[in-house]
Amino acid sequence: MAKVVIKDSPYNLKKAKILDIKPLTEKEKLFKLVFEDKTWLDFEPGQFIMVSLMGIGEIPVSVCSSPLNRHYFEICVRAVGKVTNSLHKLNVGDIIGVRGPYGNGFPIKIIEGHDLLIIAGGLGLAPLRSLILYAIDNRRDFGEIHILFGCKTPGELLFEEEIEEWSKRLDIHFACTVDRADPDWKGNVGLITSLIPGVDLDPANTYAAVVGPPVMYKFVIKELLAKGLPVDQILLSFERHMKCGMGKCGRCQIQNLYCCKDGPVFTFKEIMDMAEAL
Amino acid sequence: MKTEHYRILEKSKITDFLDKLNTISKIAAPVYKGFNNYAFQTIKSAEEVSLKYIPTVIPPKKYFLPTKDSLLEFTVGNELKVEPTVEYENLILFGVHTCDIAGIRCLNMVLSDKPKDTAYLIRKKHITIIGLECNDYCDEFASCAFVGAHLPTTGYDLMFTELEDYFIVHIHSTKGSDIIEKTGLFKPAQTIHMEELKVLREKKSAIFNNEIPTERRYLPDLFDRSFNASIWKELEQKCLSCGNCTAVCPTCYCFDIKENVDLSLQAGERYRVWFSCQLDPFAKVAGGIDFRRERSARQRHRFYRKFRYHIDRYGMVFCTGCGRCSRTCMAGIKLKEVLTSLIRESEAKIWRKWL
Repeated sequence: MAKVVIKDSPYNLKKAKILDIKPLTEKEKLFKLVFEDKTWLDFEPGQFIMVSLMGIGEIPVSVCSSPLNRHYFEICVRAVGKVTNSLHKLNVGDIIGVRGPYGNGFPIKIIEGHDLLIIAGGLGLAPLRSLILYAIDNRRDFGEIHILFGCKTPGELLFEEEIEEWSKRLDIHFACTVDRADPDWKGNVGLITSLIPGVDLDPANTYAAVVGPPVMYKFVIKELLAKGLPVDQILLSFERHMKCGMGKCGRCQIQNLYCCKDGPVFTFKEIMDMAEAL
Repeated sequence: MKTEHYRILEKSKITDFLDKLNTISKIAAPVYKGFNNYAFQTIKSAEEVSLKYIPTVIPPKKYFLPTKDSLLEFTVGNELKVEPTVEYENLILFGVHTCDIAGIRCLNMVLSDKPKDTAYLIRKKHITIIGLECNDYCDEFASCAFVGAHLPTTGYDLMFTELEDYFIVHIHSTKGSDIIEKTGLFKPAQTIHMEELKVLREKKSAIFNNEIPTERRYLPDLFDRSFNASIWKELEQKCLSCGNCTAVCPTCYCFDIKENVDLSLQAGERYRVWFSCQLDPFAKVAGGIDFRRERSARQRHRFYRKFRYHIDRYGMVFCTGCGRCSRTCMAGIKLKEVLTSLIRESEAKIWRKWL
C-alpha cells in the first residue's frame, strides 16, 4: 500500500484560532474565531461549518456572525455531546479545525426588497442572528423586520445584550416570550406560536425565516399559513446528523434531499409533502 | 463491434494468463470459501480462482471504498498538524461480473460528484478492471436484466466472455491492451469468433428476461405511488434491522466518521467506516429525535434510495440486480418479491380508480 498526502482533500481542515469566548447562558458559549492564515470565511447566513477537535470528533455548527464581518466569525455552541463539551473546555488562543462553509443558506438576495419575519426558538437564534445582523447592516434594503424569539426559561435567553439593543431599535419590531417565567421576568409567557397572531404582516410581501427545535416547526407553520403567508415564502432550517457535509455520507438525507447540500435552509413548499421531513 | 478490438484466449491458457498477470501486479479474484460462498481476495496462484461463481458475499466496492478508510492523520501537542491522506495500491480485479461493474459505476457517479472525493478518485485510478460476462443466471435472486446490468456496456478495461473452448476478450482501454501485450497469450479475433459471440448474445437475450413484472422506466411512477404501500408495514414485522443488506450492496456507500488516538495522546487518525441506514442511530439527532424510527421507514428508505431518489439526483437506478441483499437477508426479505408486491398493490389501486 502506498500512502500519499492529498492537500486538496475535501476533508482537509483550516486552522482557526479562538479569539474570544463569551458564556451566554449556563449551557451556551459564543466563540469568536479567526483563520490562522488570515483568510476570510466567505459564507451566507444559514450556512454551516464543520468544526473539528482532533481526536474527539467533528460536528456541524452554523455560523452566527454577520457574513459582512471580515475580521472574525462566530459560532454559538451548546454543550450537549462529546465534541461540544470539549469545546467548552477550550481557552482563548487554542486552535481548532474548520472546514466549510457548506449548504445553502437563506436566499438573502431574494429576501431583500421584502419584509422579513424572523422566528427563533432557543438555539435556533444562532443561525438567525447571522441573518439579523446582515439585515441590520443592510437595513435600507429590507422592508419591515419582525423578530420573534422564544425559549424555555429566562435563564436560556441568548445574546441578551443584543436582544436589548434590537428591542430598542425603531426599525425592528422585536418580541420575546418564555415557556416558563421566573419571578423577575416581566415579558410575555407562552409558546412562540402565541406571538405570531399579534404581528402586523403584509403576508404577500413577507419572507419568514424559522429556526428552532424540530417540534416547533409544525405549530409555527400552521400559524404562518393562517396569517396567509405563501408556502414558498416560509424558510426553514433543518437539523440533521451530518458527517461529511458534502452529500455523500447519507446521514442527513430527507427523501431525495440532502440536508447538508440542498439545505439546511428549505422553503416549506419544497418539503411540505415529504414524510420524514418535519 | 469492431473485430480489431477483440482478442482470443484459449481456455487451456487461462491459468498461464492469471499467473503471468500476477507477476505484473497484485490480483484480486473470486475465490471459493465453502457453503456456496465466494469472496474477492488477492490470489497467489491461478488455481485459487473460481471462474464460475455466484456474486461474492461482499462486492468489489471494498477495494474502492474500504470498510475503514483513513481521511486525515493529525498530531496535536505544541502545534496542530493535519494531513489528509489516501492509501492505494495498483490492483487488477479479475473476473468482475457486469452487475458489479454497474455497482462501481454508481459509486463513481456519487463520489466524483462535487465536491469530489479525492481519495476515492486516486484509488480508482490505480485499479484495473477485468470483467467476466455471465452467460446464464447465477441463481434465482438475480434481477440484472431488469436493470440492464446483464450485458457488458462500459466500466471495464477488459471483458472476458466464455465461448466453446476459448474466451473472447473485448479491449476497452489502453490499460487493457497493455495487459494483452505484456502477457502475450492472445490471438487476434476473426470473423468466426465474432459470429459466435453474436450467437451467444442472442442466446442470452432468450435466457435473461425481465425478472420484475414492470419496466425500468415506470419505476419513478411506481415509487411515487407507493410511499404508503402495505408492504412496508409487512417488512416492519420481518426486518431484524441488522444492516446486512446494505453492507453487501454494491451501491451502498453511506459512512460514519470516527477517530482513533494513539497511546501517546499526541497523534491519531480520522477515518470513515461503512454505516447503514438500517441501523438505529443512523437518522438520530441531538435531543434523541429519530427521523426514521420505525424499521418500516428504514426499509422503505433503502428501497427508495435504490429505485427512486437517485434517479432524480444522478439519473441512474442504484440497483444492479446482483441479488446480494436477498441472498444475505436472515429474515428472508427478497427484493424481487417486494417490488412485485409494490406493483400488484399499485395496479389494484389504478383499477379501482377505473371501476
